[in-house]
Amino acid sequence: MNVMQIAERATATATAKMTARGVQVHYGENHALKDVDVDILAGTVTAFIGPSGCGKSTFLRCLNRMNDTVASARVTGEIRLDGEDIYDRRVDPVTLRARVGMVFQKPNPFPKSIYENVAYGPRIHGLTRNRAELDQVVETSLRKAALWNEVKDRLQAPGTGLSGGQQQRLCIARAIATAPEVLLMDEPCSALDPIATAQVEELIDELHTQFSVVIVTHSMQQAARVSQRTAFFHLGHLVEYGETGQIFTNPRDPRTESYITGRIG
Amino acid sequence: MTDASLPAAAPKSLLVADGRTRRRKAAETRFRLYGVAAIAIGLLALVFLLTSVLGNGVNAFRQTFVEIPVTLDEAVLDKTGTRDPKAMAKVTTVSYGKLIQQALEAELATRGIDTSALTEKQVMSLMSKEAPADLRRQVLADPLLIGQTITFDAFATSRVDGYFKGRVTMESASRDSNITPEQLVVAEAMAGAGLIETRWNWRFLTAPDASELRPEAAGLGVAILGSAYMMLIVLVLSLPIGVATSIYLEEMAPKNRWTDLIEVNIANLAAVPSIVYGILALALFINFMGLPQSAPIVGGLVLTLMTLPTIIIATRAALQAVPPSIRDAALGVGASKMQSIFHHVLPLAMPGILTGTILGLARALGESAPLLLIGMVAFVKDFPSAPPEGLMQPATALPVQVYQWTQRSDPAFVERASGAIIVLLTFLLTMNAVAIILRRRFERRW
Repeated sequence: MNVMQIAERATATATAKMTARGVQVHYGENHALKDVDVDILAGTVTAFIGPSGCGKSTFLRCLNRMNDTVASARVTGEIRLDGEDIYDRRVDPVTLRARVGMVFQKPNPFPKSIYENVAYGPRIHGLTRNRAELDQVVETSLRKAALWNEVKDRLQAPGTGLSGGQQQRLCIARAIATAPEVLLMDEPCSALDPIATAQVEELIDELHTQFSVVIVTHSMQQAARVSQRTAFFHLGHLVEYGETGQIFTNPRDPRTESYITGRIG
Repeated sequence: MTDASLPAAAPKSLLVADGRTRRRKAAETRFRLYGVAAIAIGLLALVFLLTSVLGNGVNAFRQTFVEIPVTLDEAVLDKTGTRDPKAMAKVTTVSYGKLIQQALEAELATRGIDTSALTEKQVMSLMSKEAPADLRRQVLADPLLIGQTITFDAFATSRVDGYFKGRVTMESASRDSNITPEQLVVAEAMAGAGLIETRWNWRFLTAPDASELRPEAAGLGVAILGSAYMMLIVLVLSLPIGVATSIYLEEMAPKNRWTDLIEVNIANLAAVPSIVYGILALALFINFMGLPQSAPIVGGLVLTLMTLPTIIIATRAALQAVPPSIRDAALGVGASKMQSIFHHVLPLAMPGILTGTILGLARALGESAPLLLIGMVAFVKDFPSAPPEGLMQPATALPVQVYQWTQRSDPAFVERASGAIIVLLTFLLTMNAVAIILRRRFERRW
């Protein structure tokens, strides 16, 4: 990989969309995340990298309170979305998740039609007033997810009948149909072949102009290809966070250097 | 350790089986034989059960009828001539019996059938004792029949019926106090003249039970209706309660000692002998709450209690089988817990839930022990009315009817009981078939 290219990639200086301060996560006795401070910038792709079990997925799931569904999980610290604490008692996690969407590691379309998969979010949030508007949202979302041309003739076919890569793009379309402000992606390409991976990466690159994207990945090449900023997690600590070019070319922490050169992890 | 210290391996050929391989193969063959033997024994038992039930029971659906023209004399049946049902109701079955007797004797005379060997009473007892009551019911239901001559279809008495079905022979009749060979000769002659005929008998399915002396008139009507009422109650109560309980326990309840305790108890309740539920129902519903005995409402409630654990366990298994990724997906697009359950998890679990419910219902349908304790074993001749009042009126149930009939001494009831078992098995097989079809139809892949 051409290192210079990464370094030259311009980072749009933007305001922080989400800020995390002193985030700690416990799963029962297990201290999974220790004192993490991160700013997620608006209109930016942020990559979380690190070895398995380092806490990057855990932190991602804090950002839309998906950890609430894990009974033993306890989150402390402060995470703000547009300056508002998302762990405030008054915050409804459901409303939060409509604004902070999520794409999972394994493609998980609902066992319904392609159309219903995408239309579900707008429908439950009442984002459209009539069928025509809903059709429009479905089409726009599928277009943004680069899936429209492949499925436009079979919108009523089951979403589970698509190939793995198409299913994952369907899940992305489903996530962006509710017009989130931040899109969280938990290893979205780990179950995909290289061609599908390339399509999804291209997609991420297009999407970040509309909202912030946070992506957890095991592939350092992928982080380098798609992200503007990278955070390296190790053993529950945020080791280093900065511009992708700087992390990959000139890491400040020796652990980061060891990881990206393949000595640990 | 060096290579030299390892035992030298003898050169082996793949084509020659050594002792270990032969023993392993023999064990596999033996195990396969055990399996085949077990299945064969099971199939044999099933074949034996079906042949014995079908062999005994099929005849219950056919019945021997005596068909004679009866003139409904106005002078006997409606002295006032007003056709007023109240006045006509004062005429008892005795008068109807005489009318039938005259008609029968007249018909036998015109057909030239010799009855000189029989007393009048013996001639009359070729016909069921239920006949006068049948005729009376017919006339009261339609007073305009009076004055006409109608073709009256009466049940032949159970011994005559048995003779035409091969259960009774001339030889057994000579030792029977209820019938004589001479009577059978007359019956044979009547059959030759077309007065006696054996044919399909709907009244086995629609008529109420009859007394011990009239097995030919006994039917399953009240039992089928009672069972249907109870199944209705069980379905209406246990499905919503069971599904709601399962959803709460599986999806919402915190996992702690209390919910563990509840889980263990539900699992244990599923294994409680059904007669224990009968005692509970007797104490709770009848003695404490004062609900009527023998009523489908009580039967339905006790069967609901019995079915609930089955439904809860089946529903929880079905909910657990829905992959968590579906829940994540729904929560991820901003669905609430309830929305994710009702829009996604429950529809996916539906085939499992329905299968469990139908199997639970099938078990409840075949249950007799708890019903005995709440008095559904009573002799019930009147149909319960339509729900909801009918739920409080006495009824019986199919399995209890089987139990009752097998207790009676007349061999004709053995045939009836087997017939009732066939009806019960038909319902059960239908329900299981529906369960299988539902599972196939709604099964989805993810």
